[in-house]
Amino acid sequence: MRMGDVSFGGAVKRVSLAYTPEAEVGDFVIVHAGFAISRLDQEEAERVFQYLDEIGGLGDSSGSASSGRPGDAGSSGGPLGSGEPVPPGEPERQA
Amino acid sequence: MKYIDEYRDRFKSLECAEAIRRIVTRPWKIMEVCGGQTHAIVRFGIDEIIPAEITLIHGPGCPVCVTPLEILDKAMAIALRKEVTFCTFGDMLRVPGTRGDLAGAKSEGADIRIVYSPMDALTLAHGNSTREVVFFAVGFETTAPANAMAVHQAARLGLRNFSLLVSHMLVPPAMRAMLAAPARQMDGFLAAGHVCTIMGIEEYRPIVERYRVPIVVTGFEPLDILQGIRMCVAQLESGRAKVEIAYARAVRPSGNIPAREMIGEIFEVVPRKWRGIGPIPESGLGLREKYRSFDAEVRFDVVSIEANEPSECLSGLVLQGVRKPEECPAFAMRCTPETPLGATMVSAEGACAAYYRYRRSARA
Repeated sequence: MRMGDVSFGGAVKRVSLAYTPEAEVGDFVIVHAGFAISRLDQEEAERVFQYLDEIGGLGDSSGSASSGRPGDAGSSGGPLGSGEPVPPGEPERQA
Repeated sequence: MKYIDEYRDRFKSLECAEAIRRIVTRPWKIMEVCGGQTHAIVRFGIDEIIPAEITLIHGPGCPVCVTPLEILDKAMAIALRKEVTFCTFGDMLRVPGTRGDLAGAKSEGADIRIVYSPMDALTLAHGNSTREVVFFAVGFETTAPANAMAVHQAARLGLRNFSLLVSHMLVPPAMRAMLAAPARQMDGFLAAGHVCTIMGIEEYRPIVERYRVPIVVTGFEPLDILQGIRMCVAQLESGRAKVEIAYARAVRPSGNIPAREMIGEIFEVVPRKWRGIGPIPESGLGLREKYRSFDAEVRFDVVSIEANEPSECLSGLVLQGVRKPEECPAFAMRCTPETPLGATMVSAEGACAAYYRYRRSARA
């Protein structure tokens, strides 16, 4: 079974790539129960941001536009939680 | 982290909420199917930034929560056997069965291990031929490929000391059951993104046609969920009912074909009982006849164990979106994550646990 090292924000785990034969080093994948189940499509990932740019946001977006997370920033996930997208291989490059 | 942080951007989230505000003209109820989405909604306060016309209803998509009581009793009966090493995902440990939970059994000496993947259990079985290794195969379509691979590999290796206690649930039959209920709660669905990474979207087409209900496949970060809501509201406001994908970076319309093939090789569709909801036809997966020798229920003769739900817990109504966790008289009183009455208070994806963790102190 093809395996790959996947970095979860720095913590590296060995996961099965049996279901993502197309995954290559540097890709981002969703991991669930030890298996990469989807390779993320970078072009599709941009779509929501393009949409928001097109509709022009909230009007005056200068000045007060504070970028941050809604809500708190506590940890999430667990063995059954949704997997986090991370690249197989080269764990050091992942911020 | 890339693909996470940018989807939590507060300003973009407010922009998306504003985009919803511009198109909404009347009240709509939208159910997010997956418990992971429920947690994100409650944690990030998404329900508080969307227009008041929209009510989010929390759905049954929490695998721990819908695992029936009798499966927990079967798990306990198997885990207490001296020859058994019982492997489970960590969040099943605290779910109350009829007599206690697996955590209690573990503290009393049962050989119960928390694993991250069914493959870890397989490795234990392979290296330990004197132990009967049982994996607690709980979950939805997302987890099925991993469990199917464990059985496939066990068969290939000829392992005789490995088996699965299977309680696999399928999401679309539960959605259909809720839509067919006399008091239908929802006008539209946010479908569970990770289930769809495996299964794709074809199963939802007959549902949108029959029930005229929009279904938008949605991710798990705040901006994903807001985008899912926006697309669902746009359909509702224009009288459309289609399957759309708001999580296309991860979901292809045909799903994950190698994973679906492996599921089909190992499992077949069976009726399943959902905790708090009851039996739903064709709503789960069971091992095919060919792989029945890996069925722990048969191996340890626990097929006949039955159990009845405690009456005080409202989790069935919570799981179907009929009640919110705070409306339960036991919530945060007799029922807490430390002393849970039902699974919705235990699981990291349970609605009651989400409200307890993120809302209780703010509202108390």
